[in-house]
Amino acid sequence: MSPASESQHAGQPTPMIEFAAVTKRYGNAHPAVDELTMSIDRGSITVLVGPSGCGKTTSLRMINRMVEPTSGSIRVDGREIAGVPAAALRRSMGYVMQSSGLLPHRTVIENIATVPRLNGVSRREAQLRAAELLDVVGLASGLGDRYPGQLSGGQQQRVGVARALAADPPVLLMDEPFSAVDPVVRAELQEELLRLQRDLSKTIVFVTHDIDEATILGDKVAVFAVGGRLAQYATAEEILRAPVDDFVAGFVGRDRGFRHLSFQPGDEVRIHDVDRITVQDLPDPAVAVDSAWALAVDADGRPQGWVPQATRESIRSVTDVVPGGSLYRRGDSLRSALDAALSSPSGLGVVVDGDQRAVGVVRAGEVFDLIEQARRQRGRAHHDTEV
Amino acid sequence: MDYSSNNVIVQMVEWLLFPGNWSGVRGIPARVLEHIGYTLLTMLIAVLIAAPVGLYVGHTGKGRVVVVAAIGTLRALPTLGMVFLFVLLAGLGLMPPIWALVLLAVPPLLSGIYAGISSVDPSVTDAARSLGMNELQILFTVELPNALQVIMGGVRAATLQVVATAAVVAYINLGGLGVFLVEGTQIRDNGRLFGGAVLITVLALVVDFALGLLQRWLVPPGLRIDYGREAPQNSGRQQAVASAQGGTT
Repeated sequence: MSPASESQHAGQPTPMIEFAAVTKRYGNAHPAVDELTMSIDRGSITVLVGPSGCGKTTSLRMINRMVEPTSGSIRVDGREIAGVPAAALRRSMGYVMQSSGLLPHRTVIENIATVPRLNGVSRREAQLRAAELLDVVGLASGLGDRYPGQLSGGQQQRVGVARALAADPPVLLMDEPFSAVDPVVRAELQEELLRLQRDLSKTIVFVTHDIDEATILGDKVAVFAVGGRLAQYATAEEILRAPVDDFVAGFVGRDRGFRHLSFQPGDEVRIHDVDRITVQDLPDPAVAVDSAWALAVDADGRPQGWVPQATRESIRSVTDVVPGGSLYRRGDSLRSALDAALSSPSGLGVVVDGDQRAVGVVRAGEVFDLIEQARRQRGRAHHDTEV
Repeated sequence: MDYSSNNVIVQMVEWLLFPGNWSGVRGIPARVLEHIGYTLLTMLIAVLIAAPVGLYVGHTGKGRVVVVAAIGTLRALPTLGMVFLFVLLAGLGLMPPIWALVLLAVPPLLSGIYAGISSVDPSVTDAARSLGMNELQILFTVELPNALQVIMGGVRAATLQVVATAAVVAYINLGGLGVFLVEGTQIRDNGRLFGGAVLITVLALVVDFALGLLQRWLVPPGLRIDYGREAPQNSGRQQAVASAQGGTT
C-alpha cells in the first residue's frame, strides 16, 4: 500500500500536489524557479500569483511535465510524476491556457471531446459527453457545431474549460485563463468557475498576475517574487491582512486595506428603512417624498434609482430618476456594503435580498464603525497571543 | 501538313482542329496522357522525398538551415541541363529525365510543407501537447490539417512547374506534349509548335484548377473562416503562403 492511501485511511488527506525543492534553470542564468517547496491541497483552488518572470507559469507547467525540473521532485496524488509517461500524465489533468488553445480546424464539440477520444472513448460517447459539458460551462448547445474562430473570447475560454473537464480529471491546471477577456466577461468567468468548483471539488492550480483575481478565486494564494522565489503562501485573507515582507506588501498594492474588507462579513451592519416611491406613482405629483431622498422601486420592489425631495416635481418617469450606486446583497462582505454606501448619490447604500428586491439601506459611517470595531478585536487577539 | 495561311495563329488553330492529330499513338490524346503520366510519376517521387523531410523539419525545427540552403541550391539548377547530365550518367531510359524533374518539384513542395507546418500557431501545438497528444498525433491531427492551405500552395506550384517543364523529356524521345515542340522546331511546322505550347498551357491551367478544387475540399472548414481579430496570426499564414509559392515563375 502506498503511503498516500495509508494516510488517507487515517482520515488525514495527503496534499494532491507536492513540490519538493524544485528548481528550474534555463542555461546558466538565474533560476526561473528556485528551490520551490509547497503542498497543494486536494479539492481546493490554489492561485499562483506574481509579476511576470517570477516562475509561476513554469511551476504550473512542471506539474504536467510540459516543463521538466532541473532538480527536485514533484508528486501528484502521492506519485512521483517523473516516472509517469508525459502524454498519459497530461491526459489525467485538465489544462486551460490564456489563448484558449482551441484547435481551429475542429468544431467546438470535437474540441471538447479531444481528451476522451485520446483515451479511446468512442466518438459517439465522447460527443455526447461534450454536449453535456457545453451546458455545464453555460454555453448554448447550438454553439457545438461552430468553429473556434466563430466564438467570442469569453466563449472560447468557456470551451477551453469544458475541454479541460471532459475526461473528468481530478486536477485542473489553469494558466492565466481569463486574462485575455474584458473585465466584465472576466468577472463572469470567475463567478462561473467558483460555481463549478462548488459542484466538482477539483484540485485547481490557477496562475494569474492579477492579485484581485487571486484573492477572489484562491482558497490559498502563493505569491511568487522575481527570481522564482515563493514569497508567501497563505490564505488570501492573510496575505492582504499580513503581507510577510515588503515585496508582498508592494505587490498586493495600495488598496489592500480596502480589498481586505472582502473577507470581513457584513452580517452585523445595521439595515435602515428607506422612504420608497414606486415608478407607477412617479407621474403623479400628489405622491410626495417625505425625506431628502426616496428610493424608486418597480412593482416587484427592485431598486430603480433615487428621487431627491428637492427635484420631485421634475421627475415624471423612471427615466428621470437619479441613477443609483452599486447594490449590497444582504450577507455579503463589508467591502460591498461600504462600496454601496459610497457609490450611492444619497449616501445610503441600497441593500437587496437574493431576488434583487430592496430591503433597506446602510450608512457609510456605520460600516466604518464596524471596521474600526473589527480592528480593535483583532488588535486585542494579537495582544493576547503576544503575552 | 498544309495550312491555308502563313499566319502563325491561323496555322495553330488549323493544326489543333485537324482530326488526324487527335488519334493514334502519336496523336494529341496519347501525348496528353504521357505528359500526365510523367507528371504524376515525378510528383509521386518528389512527395515521397519532400514530405518526410518537410514534416520532420517543420515539426521539430531541426535542420532548418540545411533545408533552406538545399532549397535554394536546387532552385538554381537548370532542368534541361540536368536531363542531359542524368542521361549522360545513367543512359537513356525513363528514369534519368524523371529525376531531373524531381529536382525541379522538390523545392516548392519542401518549402510548402516546411513553411506550412512551422507556421501553425505555436499556442495551438502547445495546447495539443498539454492535452496529452504524442508528437505523431500532434503532427498528423493538428499541424497537418492546419498547414494544408500552405502545403497545397506548394503542391500547386510544384505541379505547375513540372507540367510546364515535362516537355523536355521529348528531347530524348520519351514523348509527352513536348514532342510537338521538338518536331515543330525540327520540321519548321509553326502550327504544330504553337499548338503544342497551347496544349501544355491549357493542361497546366486545368491541372491547377483541379488542384484548387482538391484544396477547397481538403482544407478543414474551420480554417476558411475569416478570423477577424486574430490579424497577426493571419498575416503570418499569408507570409508563409507567399514564401511557399515563391519561385513559381
